[in-house]
Amino acid sequence: MRHIISILLENEAGALSRVSGLFSARAFNIESLTVAATEDPSLSRMTIVSSGSDSVIEQITKQLNKLIDVVKVVDLSEAPHIERELMLVKVRATGKDREEMKRIADIFRGRIVDVTESSYVIELTGDCSKLDAFLEVIDHSLVLETVRTGVSGIGRGDRILKI
Amino acid sequence: MQLTGAEIVVKCLQEENVEYVFGYPGGSVLYIYDEFFKQDKFKHVLVRHEQAAVHAADAYSRSSNKVGVCMVTSGPGVTNAVTGIATAHMDSIPLVIISGQVPTHYIGQDAFQECDTVGITRPCVKHNFLVKDVKDLAITLKKAFYIAQSGRPGPVLVDIPKDITTHVCEFEYPKAITMRSYAPNVKCHSGQVRKALQLMLEAKRPMLYTGGGVILSDASRQLVNLAHALGFPVTNTLMGLGGYPATDKQFVGMLGMHGTYEANMAMHHCDVLVAIGARFDDRVIGNPADFGSVPRKIIHIDIDPSSIAKRVDVDVPIVGHLPEVLGELQALFDEQKSKPDAKALAAWWKQIDAWRGKNSLKYKQGKEIIMPQYVIEKLYEVTGGDAFVTSDVGQHQMWAAQYYKFDKPRRWINSGGLGTMGVGLPYAMGVRFANPEATVACVTGEASIQMNIQELSTAKQFRLPIKIINLNNRYLGMVRQWQQMFHGDRHAESYVNALPDFVKLAEAYGHVGMLIERPADVEPALREAFTKHKNDLVFMDFITDQTANVYPMIAAGKGLSDMILAEDL
Repeated sequence: MRHIISILLENEAGALSRVSGLFSARAFNIESLTVAATEDPSLSRMTIVSSGSDSVIEQITKQLNKLIDVVKVVDLSEAPHIERELMLVKVRATGKDREEMKRIADIFRGRIVDVTESSYVIELTGDCSKLDAFLEVIDHSLVLETVRTGVSGIGRGDRILKI
Repeated sequence: MQLTGAEIVVKCLQEENVEYVFGYPGGSVLYIYDEFFKQDKFKHVLVRHEQAAVHAADAYSRSSNKVGVCMVTSGPGVTNAVTGIATAHMDSIPLVIISGQVPTHYIGQDAFQECDTVGITRPCVKHNFLVKDVKDLAITLKKAFYIAQSGRPGPVLVDIPKDITTHVCEFEYPKAITMRSYAPNVKCHSGQVRKALQLMLEAKRPMLYTGGGVILSDASRQLVNLAHALGFPVTNTLMGLGGYPATDKQFVGMLGMHGTYEANMAMHHCDVLVAIGARFDDRVIGNPADFGSVPRKIIHIDIDPSSIAKRVDVDVPIVGHLPEVLGELQALFDEQKSKPDAKALAAWWKQIDAWRGKNSLKYKQGKEIIMPQYVIEKLYEVTGGDAFVTSDVGQHQMWAAQYYKFDKPRRWINSGGLGTMGVGLPYAMGVRFANPEATVACVTGEASIQMNIQELSTAKQFRLPIKIINLNNRYLGMVRQWQQMFHGDRHAESYVNALPDFVKLAEAYGHVGMLIERPADVEPALREAFTKHKNDLVFMDFITDQTANVYPMIAAGKGLSDMILAEDL
C-alpha cells in the first residue's frame, strides 16, 4: 500500500543522504522524496512516498527513527491529511492547440506561467492522481517537457508534526 | 583555555578516560600525533595495518565494555579501516574512530589522500561527523562517545580536516549532553512485561533464546537468576555465548546453522519463545517461513525497536535495556508467587534430554590424524575454561564455539555478523590490552591468520603473550565443506597452496613457533605453551584432518529441524 511518511530532521549536511542511503541499503521503495528547511532553520521537513506491506512500512518508520539526525517520523496516511504536488509542463501550443490547451489547463485550475509563439508552460498543483489525469487528457504528442516536485504532505486539523 | 584542535582531541580523549588509542599516523593527523607525543595519560598502540587498529579497539571493547578508540589518517587510512568498522557495526560494538581529512579548503578537489570518509562509512557506522569548525570539535567528540555507548551501541566516526587541528578556540568539555533527535533511554512498558510473564507461566514448552545483547548490556547475572527461577532451557546464539554459563544444566548449547541438535529442536518445537537481545538472524532460525510454520508465542526483548518484528512476527514486543527488563520480570515473578507448570516442564525436559542423548557433537579421535575438535577440547581443559578466546571465521570458529564451554560473558570474541576473516589476531591483541593479566588464545586457521599476519610484529613490540591455535587443514575449510555438500565436491579455489612454514615465520617475528602433527602431542604442546611459554607469544601450528566437517549443520534456506548430523553420513 502507498504511504506518505513525514520526517522532521536536523538540517545538517549529509542528513538527506542518510535517509536516502537507508532506503537503498535496505531495499525500501521510494516513489518520491521532497525536503526543505522549515520555519526553524535548524530543522528540515521531508516527505517520502513509499509503498510496501504493513511490516515493511513498520520497518521503514523504525529504521528512520533510528537515524541519529531524525527528530520525528509520522505516517501521514494513517489519518486525514493533505497531499500536494506541483508540476510544470511545457507543451507545444500552436494553431488550434493553443485554445484547447488553455481550456484544459483552466479545467484543471492550472495556470499558464510562460507563453511563447509556439509553447506554454502550465503550472499545476494537486495530488498525484490529479497531475496524472491532466497528462492523460492532453495530447501526448504536444508534451515537450514535464517536471514534478514530488509530494509534500501535512496532517489535517490538530495533527501537528513539531518538536 | 585557548587550545588548538589537536590539543582539544587529546584533552577530550583524556576526559573520556581513554587508556589506549589503536592507530596509525599519516599526513592529515600529524598535528594530533604531535600532541599524543607530548602527553602520557593514554597510550598509543601502533598497529601494522589500519584494519587491525579497528579490530583491536573493537576487541578491547568487547572484552571490557569500555569504548574502543582508534585513529587513522585520511584516504587509504580510512578505507583500510572500513572492514573493521563494518565488523564492529554488525555486532553493535561501541567504538569512536577518529579519522584525519584533507584541509577544509581542499575537500572535493581530489586532493592527495582524500576520500569521502563520511560517505564511505555512512552505511557501516551508527553515526558519523565531519568537523568543519574547531568550535564544534569538543562537542562533536562528546556526542561521539555518548552515541557510541548508549542505546544499541555501535561505532561512531569523527572526520577531522587537517586545518581544524591547527585552528585555536576556547576549550571546555561538556559534562553531559542531550540531543533532541536522539533519546535512546527507554523505560520498558510494564504492561508488556506483565503480559510476557503471564505467557511464560502458561507455557508448556518454554525456551529462552539469548544473544549478543545480553553480553553488551551486562545482563548475564539477571538472565541467570531469571532462568534459574523459571527452570526453562536456555540456548545462546554465537554472539551470546558466555551470557549464560555453558556448564549449567539448563544450557542446551548454541543454536543455529551449527547449533546442537537439542538447541535447534527445542527452538523449533517450543510453544513460548523468549528472545532476549537476539535478532532471529538467518544463521540462527534458518528459513523464516519454516520457522513460522510451527505455532508458538514469541516474546522479544531488545533495546532496538527495529530489531523487533524485523524477520519474524512477535506477540509481545518489549523495548528496553535488558538488565532492567529482566530485573522487572524477576521482581514480578517473585511477588506474584505463581510458578511455571511443573508437570509440563518436566515432560519438556524429558524430551530435551532425549534430544541431548543424540550427542550431536560427538566425533572420533584416532591415533594418526589430529581432529580439530580435539584441539579445542584440550585447549578448554588446559586453560581451565577460563581463557579469553578469540577466533577468526570459518570451521575453526564453529568448533571453538561448540567445544569451548564459556561460563562467563565477554570471554568469547568473534566476528558474528559480518564474518570477517583476519580478526582473530588483532582481536587477541585488543583483549590483552583490556585485560593485561588474562590468558588469551586465538583460534584460527591457516587462511584466516594470513589476513592480518603482519600484526605478529605489533604483538612483539607490545610483548603480548597470545597463544595462536592454528587449525591447519590446508583448506578454506568451510568453503570446502559447502563445496563438498552443495557443489559436487568440486574444490574451486579452496585449497590453500604454498603455505609458509609457520614455525619459522613466528620465529622470524621473534616469537615461539611449534608444529604439532600427532594427536598424542596435542595436550603436551598446549601445556608447554601455556606454562613454560606463559609470557611468550606462541604460534601453534596444528596439522589437522583435511576432511573434517562441522556438524550438526542446517543447510542455507532449510528449517531448524532439518539438521544434517555427522552420524547421517
